[in-house]
Amino acid sequence: MLKIRVIPCLDVKDGRVVKGVNFVDLRDAGDPVQCAMAYDAAGADELCFLDIAASHEDRGILLDVVRRTAEACFMPLTVGGGVRTIEDIRNLLLAGADKVSINTAAVRDRGFVKAAAEKFGSQLVVVAVDAKRVGSGRWEIFTHGGRNATGIDAIDYAREVVDLGAGEILLTSMDRDGVKSGYDLELTRAVADSVNVPVVASGGVGDLDHLVDGVKKGHASAVLAASIFHFGERTVREAKAHMAAAGLPMRMD
Amino acid sequence: MSVAIVDYGSGNLHSAHKAFERAVKEAALDCEVKVTSRPDEVAAADHIVLPGVGAFADCKRGLAAIDGMIAALEEAVRRRGRPFLGICVGMQLMGARGLEYETTAGLNWIGGDVAVIRPSDRRLKIPHMGWNTLRVVRPHPALAGIEAGESGKHAYFVHSFQLTPASPDDLIATTDYGGPITAIVGRDNMVGTQFHPEKSQTLGLALIANFLKWRP
Repeated sequence: MLKIRVIPCLDVKDGRVVKGVNFVDLRDAGDPVQCAMAYDAAGADELCFLDIAASHEDRGILLDVVRRTAEACFMPLTVGGGVRTIEDIRNLLLAGADKVSINTAAVRDRGFVKAAAEKFGSQLVVVAVDAKRVGSGRWEIFTHGGRNATGIDAIDYAREVVDLGAGEILLTSMDRDGVKSGYDLELTRAVADSVNVPVVASGGVGDLDHLVDGVKKGHASAVLAASIFHFGERTVREAKAHMAAAGLPMRMD
Repeated sequence: MSVAIVDYGSGNLHSAHKAFERAVKEAALDCEVKVTSRPDEVAAADHIVLPGVGAFADCKRGLAAIDGMIAALEEAVRRRGRPFLGICVGMQLMGARGLEYETTAGLNWIGGDVAVIRPSDRRLKIPHMGWNTLRVVRPHPALAGIEAGESGKHAYFVHSFQLTPASPDDLIATTDYGGPITAIVGRDNMVGTQFHPEKSQTLGLALIANFLKWRP
């Protein structure tokens, strides 16, 4: 049986983890590679790196981080942030990324999603959907970390990018991001029930029940969280045990 | 001994390279791991690995674009019987035809088409993405010592298409996703995994070591 995935996400800037990760025995909590190794050992099902600076000048640093992570961790890695061209995707793949997350570039040009899927296969193309509630049962796409409204309906957009070849939706509630009150379950369910590809719930996890809710109530195929893991509040193993106890199929290898 | 990982412009060569190096080290094997796009180096290797990430047609074009590569593979694998491992699209390329975006001829080492997965439960998402267990249909040296079954170890899958072998004898293992999905195929000196051993932690490293020890 396919298991529910738990995905820690690391924000990376200039080759360093932003805010750091609070693991007890980490020599350098700001080193993404060491953080990745710790999550690997803790039973994470995938890892996500988000390059939040993402200017073209520092691409080399990110690629080096991805390369060194792939040397040390034999688990799936999704990388996003500043992915604009087919060449960007190819470079990340060659460095060791398994999936590449496209955000602003897909909002600007849907044809990029199609071109990427035709070149690399849908299974590699993740489209990051950053959505903000704009009314009852309505959400809109925002870019640039939630600053720029686009007027695009989130559900319509998710359907559209999936039709063009996106193999996964990384869905972040901009209202909940960093708030720790749980995923926007209504949004998650609305998107997950509208598309036939996996949806990763993101934004708002404050305790382990939020992860369970993301799957049971939000219908997500995978749950992403950052701070709850980084600051040592909860381990990935605890999270998975908690989800298994709630009746969800989890990989406990 | 040596293993050649074929570089044809497709896929996560770096990950595969490092996973093979790790497996060699952990199993204390005497094996040189080489990533190469040179047909002569592929022909000279003791074991051959064809990785692959991407779309079937694009991967096939990449392989065919290297002058002499398919001929070298045919010679080493089919005529000289060198142990061969196909991974993901590299495994799918062992089939007769790929039906992703366009119909493309495969290597036709294992008969059968590569077609989109259609789970019986329409609510199941495609791609089949994540960790799943294996059900062994027939024992294979590549699976030696690997715990399979619902309570066994997990392998990492990420695919929308599957190779359905024309002959049931070529099916080694399946995984369950709204019905059986091809996980491992094999015939003679050839084996192929739909999942990614290089991303499958303990199960993956064990399978890679088994493959390198295999003397079919």
